[in-house]
Amino acid sequence: MMLTCKEVSRLVSQGLDRRLGWTERLWLRLHLAICEGCTNFKKQMDFLRRALRELGSKAP
Amino acid sequence: MKDFRTRLESERAYLQRYASLQLRDPHVAEDAVQETLVAALAGEASFEGRANLRTWLTGILKHKIVDAIRRLSREATMVPVDAEEFDALFSADGHWVDPPAAWSDPDASLQQKHFFAALEACLERLPQKTAHAFMMREHLGLETGEICKELAITPTHCWVLLYRARMALRECLEKDWFGPK
Repeated sequence: MMLTCKEVSRLVSQGLDRRLGWTERLWLRLHLAICEGCTNFKKQMDFLRRALRELGSKAP
Repeated sequence: MKDFRTRLESERAYLQRYASLQLRDPHVAEDAVQETLVAALAGEASFEGRANLRTWLTGILKHKIVDAIRRLSREATMVPVDAEEFDALFSADGHWVDPPAAWSDPDASLQQKHFFAALEACLERLPQKTAHAFMMREHLGLETGEICKELAITPTHCWVLLYRARMALRECLEKDWFGPK
């Protein structure tokens, strides 16, 4: 079974909210290793988390 | 030293902004701020010796915001559980139609006030319940389980809301901030 980018986008998001199962993590890692778009997507999601943590502390 | 009440009053505008961003409703936000200031006034003794009034007030306000969201969600209607609105981003076989490109030096953006203004504008465009779930998760740092309880939704529904928020924010920032200038 190979994950599609669409499924990966959901799993990447869920990975920020729950602990993924080991098969999920394995399939995710395999996909990310060969897919630049999803790798960029994952970095963007990680960045969003950092940005939201800092939101407010930068307010006037 | 300024009178405690005056010092509280001078933080009102900041708190109002903070609450409005998360609650999306200026009147509800005003109530939360009012409750916070009343609680702060009553609890002046517990502030004694702390360094930062704003930090202390924000801590109280966060609890009032969660209370307000809980009240609001009792009234809100359910939203559909899928996120089909993003289907157009993928082809029929599940590949990106337009694969995400790397954002250039995102950490530099975190140093810029303009970036946070753009982010706030994007947050304001999220549907209310989506925004509530997302802010509780990412800004207030609650676990999914707590969010489900506060919003009276299932974990699956919660993950969909969070996914929807992230996808929408990604698109919005891509367009308004990171995209080709």
